[in-house]
Amino acid sequence: MTIIKNTGGFVPRDRNWQPAALTPQYKTSVKRSPQAALLSFPTTLSEETNPVFGHNMLGDLDNDLIHNYAASGESAIGPRIIVHGRVLDEMGRPVPGALLEFWQANAGGRYRHKKESYLAPLDPNFGGCGRTITGEDGSYEFRTIQPGPYPWPNGMNDWRPAHIHFSVFGHGFAQRLITQMYFEGDPHIWLCPIVDTIDDKAAVESLIAPLDMHRTVPMDSRAYKFDIVLRGRRQTFFENRVEGM
Amino acid sequence: MTQKLEYLKESPSQTAGPYVHIGCTPNFTGIEIYGEDLGASMKTGPVKGQEITIKGTVFDGTGTPLRDAMIEIWQPDGEGLFNSANETRGQADPNFTGWGRSPGDMNTGEFTFETVKPGAVPFPDGRMQAPHVTFWVVARGINIGLHTRMYFEDEAEANAADPILTRIEHQNRVPTLLAKKEADGVYRFDIRLQGEGETIFFDI
Ligand SMILES: [Fe+2]
Repeated sequence: MTIIKNTGGFVPRDRNWQPAALTPQYKTSVKRSPQAALLSFPTTLSEETNPVFGHNMLGDLDNDLIHNYAASGESAIGPRIIVHGRVLDEMGRPVPGALLEFWQANAGGRYRHKKESYLAPLDPNFGGCGRTITGEDGSYEFRTIQPGPYPWPNGMNDWRPAHIHFSVFGHGFAQRLITQMYFEGDPHIWLCPIVDTIDDKAAVESLIAPLDMHRTVPMDSRAYKFDIVLRGRRQTFFENRVEGM
Repeated sequence: MTQKLEYLKESPSQTAGPYVHIGCTPNFTGIEIYGEDLGASMKTGPVKGQEITIKGTVFDGTGTPLRDAMIEIWQPDGEGLFNSANETRGQADPNFTGWGRSPGDMNTGEFTFETVKPGAVPFPDGRMQAPHVTFWVVARGINIGLHTRMYFEDEAEANAADPILTRIEHQNRVPTLLAKKEADGVYRFDIRLQGEGETIFFDI
């Protein structure tokens, strides 16, 4: 039997694949981006460990944004969709027990937030947040309404493509990630200065969820598939220790 | 042609945006769907070790405090053990989660964590690291979450032997990682995203 003697650290982030800190087309980044080089070092226990989130913390409607804020017997307005996928690591292994938190605008592109000033109306039955924890095979799903695109103050006429924000915890704090899911076919994706912070076209495409007719619920909801990949962790037979220590 | 390495690429990060609090601390924004916001308290009962408070503010390159950030911290318990499924060295204090999350104060942006002074944790080569708390900062305008570490200014001896602190080329920047003791058990750790006194951020 093969015994893996030592679990190595996390594989370094590919900083060319990830967005840079300073991206002037996204104006807010200009004064919020560090200028000095990042300090690189191998992951330690502080980055290879992670808080524990148990399935027992979840309420029944936590993964149902259509109903989790709605009055009894009512539901949120908008195109009903299921978002599903798997959380994997770079080695292709499923990441079970990953906490996913998601938030989004309503079908008109309006967030439920007091700093939000877009003239589109609030939906009294839509709060805009949900959460779930991946199963043993790394899979997850939730139900929501498709969010609308919305204008935002950056250039004089910038619009966000329809999107859902995701916050993800894996098995090590080094895997901590926040990202956004976009929808197949949305022409705003290629016009958006925030999407454009990612240089590599293939990297952008990895955030675009395709319509998944196999997972639709006929006469009820369409489905979109969105897989999320977290940093991988090395496994090795060879200990990485200084001689004599 | 060669064989292919069948690895996947990490999902690219996108900014947390201005409404991260809706998703991560919904009760703070008045959306009451879950119970208490996750990470709002790090103690679930009486804890071992020295209880401390960490306060601080995140500043942008103009010196303006961020009021739309989300700050998370992750640390071991008072004895240096993590409350994590990956912890193999022993059983951490069951009343201490080790993880905190703060949206900052609505008006000032100041964050506060009620936690314990972390114990020391070894570096991969076996040397001990100085006690530290991992910080992770996201906000509108930050394209990928910023990792840094808070060390303690009153741990001079441990800091002087720390494998990471001693490796930093510009030693005059090390104080950006040191929390200042404001009172007994109260530490201040301000984070500067850019410019003079810019905090050292880590690529881990
Ligand atoms: Fe958004």
